[in-house]
Amino acid sequence: MLIQQLANGLFLGAVYALFAIGYTLIFGVLDILNLAHAAIFMLAAFVALSLVGAGLPLVLAFALALVFAGFLGVLLDRVAFAPLRRRNAGTLVPLISSIGAAIIMQGVARGIWGPDEHRFPSSALSTSEIHLGGVTVGALDLLILAIALAMMGVLSYVLRSTPLGRAIRAVAADRVAAAILGVDIERTIALTFFIASALGGAAGILIGLQYNSVSLEMGSRIELKGLAIIILGGMGSVTGAVIGAFILGAVETLSIAYISSSYRDAIAFGVMFLILVLRPTGLLGKRALRAA
Amino acid sequence: MIEFLSQHSKLIDQVGINALLALSLSISLRAGSLALAQAAFMGIAAYVSSVGAVRLGWNLMAAALLGALAAALVAAVLALPIGKLRGVFLAIATIGFGEIARIVEINWPITGGAEGFSGIPNDASTIWIYATLTVVGVALYLFGRSKLGLAVSATREDENAARGVGIDVAAVRMGTLIAGAIVAGLAGALYAHSNFFITPGDFGFGRMEQILVMCVIGGVTSSAGAILGALLMTVLPELVRFLHDYREVSSGAILLGIILFAPSGIAGLWQRRT
Repeated sequence: MLIQQLANGLFLGAVYALFAIGYTLIFGVLDILNLAHAAIFMLAAFVALSLVGAGLPLVLAFALALVFAGFLGVLLDRVAFAPLRRRNAGTLVPLISSIGAAIIMQGVARGIWGPDEHRFPSSALSTSEIHLGGVTVGALDLLILAIALAMMGVLSYVLRSTPLGRAIRAVAADRVAAAILGVDIERTIALTFFIASALGGAAGILIGLQYNSVSLEMGSRIELKGLAIIILGGMGSVTGAVIGAFILGAVETLSIAYISSSYRDAIAFGVMFLILVLRPTGLLGKRALRAA
Repeated sequence: MIEFLSQHSKLIDQVGINALLALSLSISLRAGSLALAQAAFMGIAAYVSSVGAVRLGWNLMAAALLGALAAALVAAVLALPIGKLRGVFLAIATIGFGEIARIVEINWPITGGAEGFSGIPNDASTIWIYATLTVVGVALYLFGRSKLGLAVSATREDENAARGVGIDVAAVRMGTLIAGAIVAGLAGALYAHSNFFITPGDFGFGRMEQILVMCVIGGVTSSAGAILGALLMTVLPELVRFLHDYREVSSGAILLGIILFAPSGIAGLWQRRT
């Protein structure tokens, strides 16, 4: 029973991690809280759903929706954040403009797909189950976990060992110094938005598959949980976000099983509040992205 | 005129309540604190005033004042742990507090849970709402011109300098949080008493975003701006009904446009011209 719950927590945590990485990456690089991240998460799921509906194989739909989410992130930066960057607008104003962008994306999604919940066609999903020593897991869940872990692995490699990763970490550490050393700031920020939004979009598609449900509300449901995760892990820390996500996934499934489902989310936000008050840098703090 | 007022009385009430909410947030923002707990304060007062009215027979005046008092007490307790937080961290901590408040409202038996609490007397008339708005607006106007109001602005502009001239910055932040909670509480009580029923979802993060948007569109720290912002963002969705499902897009586009092209909000445009 306990192992089964932990397995469920693992699947949930993997998707949370993909979502939270995007959040925290943008905070680490730009010091802004991007409240449109959840809207991109939702839109990517809808786009994948429509592509599958149009007859594309799931893999191709997934890939195309990721690219779409990435470019949407770049567009978001160009429209809602870049003009504010040029006038040094502080933290409140970009927060508001990201809300504006989120409202627009939400409105477009409502206009195109309507207010109802959508499902993937059953032929697109595998329903087979695998039994491993008393634990039952869906093949789809395993696939989702594998995709999430692979994406995290690739991101970790990119951040650690490529020129782009070094540029991202340099801009996160000190934008002015990075510019002096010849890093193309705007290009690095654009690529950061592409990566962060593609990961957020991937999370949206995977969670849509996991629950076989895509709806306008799916973004607002994960938005504040993602916030709790990146506070737990430490704002701006990618590794922290991954650890925080798996902790939250486990805590959620365990508290449903052993405590009560009604106060499940209160635990997450209670922990978030305590961490902010007692240790605002979280488990790993902001330095982690710079040193990744 | 009278026909117009009676046809749109629901909308007019909404404008008044939203103006109170935007004003309540502007009080914290005047001190430079991005404390986003207004929706939670609103909800606490809404539930206290509704349960009091239905179970204990409080009249509107008693219900509104006791609801606002409850919100103020919660704000005073909340102010202690979050006193040291600034900027985005303060925003997130208060958002977290708002979610906890909402989850408690869902699970506490007396509130009627997620289904909502109904049977609230519908006695908050347009006159009550606008009388409250007038009192709060005048009080804020006078406060802004007082020495205390100057201390609040100084805290926003430069905390260290404010401390240097002897301003108790911690007290200013706590005071503005509590004052904002009282105004949000009055708005919450009036909201509950102009609807037959309330649900915890009425006071969640979506509401908080809406309040923040109205406040910033008007011009972060100006009372007139907050009221204008509330007017615009409440009436606009009604004016663009013809857009049907795409209605939200216009609100988002206006918000984004004002942020990008009029950094000090509508009130700022006005000041530049005069």
